Amino acid sequence: MDWQLSNDRPIYLQLAEQIVQQILGGRYPPASRLPSVRELAAQAGVNPNTMQRAFAELEREGLVLSNRTAGRIVTEDIEMIEQIRTQMAIKQIEAFLSNMRQLGFTDTQVTQLLEQYAKKEENKDV
Amino acid sequence: MSEHQNLMVCTGLTKLFGKKQALTGLNLTLGPGKIVGLLGPNGSGKTTFLKLANGLLQPSGGSILIGGHAPGCETHSIVAYLPDRMYLNDWMRIRDLVDFFADFYADFDLAKAMEMLQTLHLSPSDCLKTLSKGTKEKVQLIVTMARRAQLYLLDEPIGGVDPAARDYILSTILQNYSENSTVVISTHLIADIERVLDEVIFLKEGELKLFDTVDNIREREGKSVDQLFREVFAC
Repeated sequence: MDWQLSNDRPIYLQLAEQIVQQILGGRYPPASRLPSVRELAAQAGVNPNTMQRAFAELEREGLVLSNRTAGRIVTEDIEMIEQIRTQMAIKQIEAFLSNMRQLGFTDTQVTQLLEQYAKKEENKDV
Repeated sequence: MSEHQNLMVCTGLTKLFGKKQALTGLNLTLGPGKIVGLLGPNGSGKTTFLKLANGLLQPSGGSILIGGHAPGCETHSIVAYLPDRMYLNDWMRIRDLVDFFADFYADFDLAKAMEMLQTLHLSPSDCLKTLSKGTKEKVQLIVTMARRAQLYLLDEPIGGVDPAARDYILSTILQNYSENSTVVISTHLIADIERVLDEVIFLKEGELKLFDTVDNIREREGKSVDQLFREVFAC
């Protein structure tokens, strides 16, 4: 796993986001156990206190549960995970649309382009 | 006891060299379990501060306490210090130096030192005289980090070593990390170590300019500590 850390934002927020992405991407499925703070901190090359703070953030959101005996697990609440997935998708769409608008496309044109693109991809698969 | 909470307490710490103020009224408290960056341009007082913490210099005013004691015998047993210059005896072999440290410090972990030497492909039978500058620095850092100290004071530990070894050294510092020990690293290579740090100290002309956590700085300033440093100390 590659951890990408940019310069302009707090490190713990970036770590928390990337753990969320790994949960959504299925690397850590619902109700599965997460690696220890120390393990992940070593992997990302960050301070364990910073990784701890990232987890505290995820616990606060309820996405990760701390289990006194067995470390931390991902929530079993599939609905919650789906909700976060949708939120992230909307963010991606917003960013994409704003880029396309800068290129001079209207939203209708973008939709057409997307449909054309999807068809092409389908034909490729066949 | 308060010692447990505060590993190091500086109160109005001042050091004069003749008329020159090397450190001016430094008030600073460091707790356990932290990795702290000691940052500042050349001549800002970083090395003076670390020397005061090791009793190599005596304060001109104010005080510095480590675990409740002024720097001396009691503190030397809990502080592992990496000076900014070589202190190795040229005639020694690496193995001799490691044995010397093992004899001298009760908290020295011989197995760990040997393991680190092996990882960095350093042969214990090599004579120190034959080693390059960077390799000597690695050896010096290994014998410092192989102690199970409460406070590590590292003066420019990564300046002279290659980037690959730098990564290894930083990961060693991270693996060494425990809730009881604190590591203070003075360096100019901020971007390299920023993600490893909890807190940073900015020194400017002997005065404390800033003492805060890395993430607080990023949150407040919207930029990395490295970028902030370049702005604060722009020439």
